[in-house]
Amino acid sequence: MSTPTLSSTGSYFSIAHWWSFASVRIPALYQRYPFAVLGAFILLAMIFIALFAPYLWTVDPQAVTPLNRLKQPSIEFWFGTDALGRDVYSRVMYGARVSLIVGISVALLSTLIGLAIGLITGFVRAIDAVVMRIMDGLMSIPSILLAIALMALTKASIENVIIAITLAEIPRVVRLVRSLVLTLREQPYVEAATASGTPLLKTLIRHILPNTMAPLLVQATYICASAMITEAILSFIGAGTPPNIPSWGNIMAESRSLFQIAGYLILFPSIFLSITVLAVNYLGDGLRDALDPRLSRRM
Amino acid sequence: MAVVAFIVFSLLYLTPGDPAAVIAGDVATEDDIKRIRQSLGLDQPFLVRFGTWVWSLFHGDLGISIFTNLPVTKLIAQRVEPTISLTICTLIVAIITSVPLGTIAAARAESKTDRAIMGFSVLGFSLPVFVLAYLLILLFSLQLQILPVQGYRPIAEGVWPWLKHLILPSLALGTVYAALITRITRASVLDVLAQDYIRTAQAKGLEERNILIHHALKNAAVPIITIIGIGIGLLISGAVVTETVFAIPGIGRLTVDAILRRDYPVIQGVILIFSATYVIINLLIDLSYVFFDPRIRY
Repeated sequence: MSTPTLSSTGSYFSIAHWWSFASVRIPALYQRYPFAVLGAFILLAMIFIALFAPYLWTVDPQAVTPLNRLKQPSIEFWFGTDALGRDVYSRVMYGARVSLIVGISVALLSTLIGLAIGLITGFVRAIDAVVMRIMDGLMSIPSILLAIALMALTKASIENVIIAITLAEIPRVVRLVRSLVLTLREQPYVEAATASGTPLLKTLIRHILPNTMAPLLVQATYICASAMITEAILSFIGAGTPPNIPSWGNIMAESRSLFQIAGYLILFPSIFLSITVLAVNYLGDGLRDALDPRLSRRM
Repeated sequence: MAVVAFIVFSLLYLTPGDPAAVIAGDVATEDDIKRIRQSLGLDQPFLVRFGTWVWSLFHGDLGISIFTNLPVTKLIAQRVEPTISLTICTLIVAIITSVPLGTIAAARAESKTDRAIMGFSVLGFSLPVFVLAYLLILLFSLQLQILPVQGYRPIAEGVWPWLKHLILPSLALGTVYAALITRITRASVLDVLAQDYIRTAQAKGLEERNILIHHALKNAAVPIITIIGIGIGLLISGAVVTETVFAIPGIGRLTVDAILRRDYPVIQGVILIFSATYVIINLLIDLSYVFFDPRIRY
């Protein structure tokens, strides 16, 4: 993105333009969807923390200083130190990276793959029967259990965590997209497209795809939230992110046995995790209200 | 179910880690490993192994744990009681809180009460099970010291000790579940409240309480029951975590241990049992619709 300059006031790329835009639109949005805007701001703050973790008064999150073992939170160590004398504040700040990377990649990957499979199964009857049986099978294994099983097979790494959670989430996306496609394909404009000889692929992309976007976007935010929780759970039971990368789940897992003497070790990462997940959920609720007014009254 | 069995088996077949090498330990020679592999039948081709596995499955045999040398069925049977106790307590906690809350939220839709209940429900969704578990331990066990921190007592040792050890785990596990049911209850009761027969009941001058319980909630039952069934999946995954936090020797704990030790027969067995439970419960729930809605026939 190009950096806006003050000299070009009034043009599309100026700060003034964006400021006037933001100062009008954001309060208006806040009026209508207070929680969603709040959620978006918290999420932006978390992304900021994740991106600039090294510059936020942190030290090396892996630096072991045995002299400073298990220090209570103080001015020197804001969130205290753990059993190896590592600075918990730094570890929590760096931990934001893992949660956000996992949450966002799982949301993107599972919606994209689920969308592709859902579009095809919704439209092609022959593939539908087979694929949906496989999806039913996958769905009958509770998703966290499936992710745990997949992680047990592979070695611990962030990529594998993302793949495992994505695989566990795909069936739900496929179900959603398929049910949307099944109603959409009966619409007159789709019939018209088919009747006028539009190729299948073009019908899918031009007519079906745009109509699945709104519910899918909402679903993606919920997946993002649940993926972050799943990552923390996997790390917590020792089948997730490798221990040499600080993640919120890892910090809690390492402090499990120390809980009674150093509760703060669990407290800080769990506060961050909960707030982030809450923010994403609020954002999802807001998006749903904004994109589907019919549902907002009900849910 | 067949698909599940196949998926579970192939998942574990595709594993890079070699259980034979794990059993043999660090000092074993190539020959030792080969011998162990042979005795476990690990050198057979994929379909042959899958065939034998399914065959013994029909005979109620889930194989023998690589690590403890005990039959998997026996291992699971030893651990069943805590998990079932936990699940039942959680179900009770979740249902008695969420259904009334959801109904009240629907009856007072758009009011402050409604906002507060829904706000809590989102919060319940967003708090990971173990975070809640630790907060509860911190408050009730360490600060107030009225409930035990961890552990489990079999029901045979008396009801109160048993219950005492289950209160915190069920609360922790029940919250997420309750949040889910509250949302669906509210949505589904709201839907029913918009129906004509509710207006008729109101016009007749029936008490609001009466309308809510007998007319609205009864007709809103099907979606609520459905989500309770789907939520069982959530409960099973949650049980794995809760049992770890509270040191309850249940099936969830067994799963985690098996994963850490790469004890494949146990992992296969546990996932299969969990999935079977999930499928069977949801089937029963599908069948129970007839009770709640006589218009549904099979």
